[in-house]
Amino acid sequence: MPESDRRPARNLPPLSLHIPEPRYRPGDTPDFGDIEIPAVEATPRPGEATRPDAMRELCYGLVRVLDFDGQAKGPWDPKLPADRLRTMLRYMMLTRAFDDRMFRAQRQGKTSFYMKCTGEEATSIASTMAIDRADMCFPSYRQQGILIAREYPLIQMMNQIYSNRGDHLLGRQLPIMYSAPEHGFFSVSGNLATQYPQAVGWAMASASKGDSRIATVWCGEGSSAEGDFHSALTFATVYNAPVIFNVVNNQWAISSFSGFAGGERTTFAARAVGYGIAGLRVDGNDALAVYAATQWAADRARTNNGPTLIEHFTYRAEGHSTSDDPSAYRAAQEASAWPFGDPIVRLKQHLIALGEWDEARHDALTRELDELVKTTQKQSEKLGILGHGMHQPFETMFEDVFEEMPWHLKEQCAQMLAEQEAKFGPDWKPE
Amino acid sequence: MIEAINSAMDVMLERDPATVVMGEDVGYFGGVFRATAGLQKKHGKTRVFDTPINECGIIGVAVGMGAYGLRPVPEIQFADYIYPGLDQLVSEAARLRYRSANDFICPMTVRTPFGGGIFGGQTHSQSPESIMTHICGVKTVIPSNPYDAKGLLIAAIEDNDPVVFLEPKRIYNGPFSGYYDRPVEPWSKHDASAVPEGYYRIDLGKAATVRAGEALTILAYGTMVHVTRTIVEEMGIDAEIIDLRTLLPLDIEAIEASVNKTGRCMIVHEATRTSGFGAELAALVQERCFYHLEAPVERVTGFDTPYPHSLEWAYFPGPVRIATALTKILKD
Repeated sequence: MPESDRRPARNLPPLSLHIPEPRYRPGDTPDFGDIEIPAVEATPRPGEATRPDAMRELCYGLVRVLDFDGQAKGPWDPKLPADRLRTMLRYMMLTRAFDDRMFRAQRQGKTSFYMKCTGEEATSIASTMAIDRADMCFPSYRQQGILIAREYPLIQMMNQIYSNRGDHLLGRQLPIMYSAPEHGFFSVSGNLATQYPQAVGWAMASASKGDSRIATVWCGEGSSAEGDFHSALTFATVYNAPVIFNVVNNQWAISSFSGFAGGERTTFAARAVGYGIAGLRVDGNDALAVYAATQWAADRARTNNGPTLIEHFTYRAEGHSTSDDPSAYRAAQEASAWPFGDPIVRLKQHLIALGEWDEARHDALTRELDELVKTTQKQSEKLGILGHGMHQPFETMFEDVFEEMPWHLKEQCAQMLAEQEAKFGPDWKPE
Repeated sequence: MIEAINSAMDVMLERDPATVVMGEDVGYFGGVFRATAGLQKKHGKTRVFDTPINECGIIGVAVGMGAYGLRPVPEIQFADYIYPGLDQLVSEAARLRYRSANDFICPMTVRTPFGGGIFGGQTHSQSPESIMTHICGVKTVIPSNPYDAKGLLIAAIEDNDPVVFLEPKRIYNGPFSGYYDRPVEPWSKHDASAVPEGYYRIDLGKAATVRAGEALTILAYGTMVHVTRTIVEEMGIDAEIIDLRTLLPLDIEAIEASVNKTGRCMIVHEATRTSGFGAELAALVQERCFYHLEAPVERVTGFDTPYPHSLEWAYFPGPVRIATALTKILKD
């Protein structure tokens, strides 16, 4: 049948398929002037028990505390003591120093892979500081800030990144896929958003046992498109689970801009509306706003008022990972043109405005943290770097598939050890 | 058998406060096959509850509950519906212990009815066991009678690793001879229908010899144990029938001992043929028992088509297909 016969004779233009396209590509000069930035005082702070349908406008607004002159204002100001603010700043600066060092280590061939969280430090650090130490975090891959904020030993993070002799995950996981149960940090999966329903299950278990602990979980705006995200929100609303959903909207999922997750049509916080879940959209580069929103959601969850979805509106200032070159797909000046600035600079300015900090102390702290990271790195490298022989014993490859090793794995383990002997000669001994 | 499965969960809910039972329609209603009937009333709504129709969510939430310290027993209403939950099973439940080096475990038992012979069409009849055995880190268990179903399910729930517990739905209410046109025989006439009331377990990874014999070894599980037995006895063949019960970890010693004794091996399953579990069994028997074999290993399976509705009994590996294969393997 010819094409023309199949088309009904209507006086309409043909259908057209929309393929989202970011506004700026390499070579373009980005201008974010059209992003709506409500005044700091403009966003109301409802009570923690407010019905989700009575606070929908918060899904489309922006929770802010810090203005661009470093002043904390408005109903969301958590009014944290200066010591707490300095601790927060320290964690954020340490995370950045750690990221820079580990990125360089990957470039030096000491490991296979690394992921920085530059520009997004507040979304994990301020968030973690606003919940209880006993609450359980289900991170995605860019939440190293949780571990820093819970003072997990830096050397453990590095040992994992190097997959060396000290790696308590036995070199099984790609760098940065940490696991730290004593620090309330769930094992990171490489599959996206799978932690979302798991966090809900953990929260449901806590509620069913009459516990007081809540769960908190992170994903990116890109992976909010996964079915797991929607499964999680469905279960959370059905069982009114004590869980905080964080969507870190850093605008980019590798090379795909937020439009490929539906960001052209609505906000990510507004995903909450259809589920009857409370939603907050937050300036993710404002550590105090992140803290305040998380504290609100934690209080809500802990008082049996249910889950909250928080969209952290931020910008991924660096590549997706060491395997990525963002200059191939986005305008180079996007990060510097981002109207919300840098979260570390903003918190620093706030402390200076309070008279609780100064440039000299800041510089001294920068040097101290750089030195700490450098010293720790040297200690970690004594335990080996990836691909230089100081890995875990060979048989560990077969352990922990099951609690007890079944016969077929024992046979395969023996085969692998025989292969090593064939490779390295008769004097070779398993470690 | 459905009462035995119900009893296993009842016993575990009673014994271990960490046990929770959940799934579509399993709460107040007691499950579409009645496997959870009465459990919510007895153990309460936070221990036995309904879930949204969302298999990814059911398994994902169970992973999180396991990480908290619970022992979840999710039901997937039909094995055919498990696919939306496979990522949570393959990449999460099965890998959690390994990837976290024992920081977190997943003591979950996914119960799900599988297999055909009930006019369920292609979405209520599949046998996806070899998809499960191909995952590293999941145990796969298939009972064939009420006594085993209870003991194996209790062992599965107590296991600290994820277990997929596939329940052959055709034999929920009685063993199946393979003759769909004959009246259904109730379990009460079967020697494995007596199920003790309290706690007992059958260790995973152990096969059972259903019938000792010398002429050949037949490896089967679930519904096909009964179908095969009927045909063998009708034909007067002195076959040794091994009910595998656990596909992974497999009881390789039982298989080797039997095949080395009889010198012939036939594998019977209802699942599709290509890359089915029979292929794995045939390869293992060939690798380990080759010099004892007097005939090629024979596979009797479903066909490589979706499970048909009206032509179900032409698809099913029933009496004719089994008898033909038996004749062939004994002639060689």
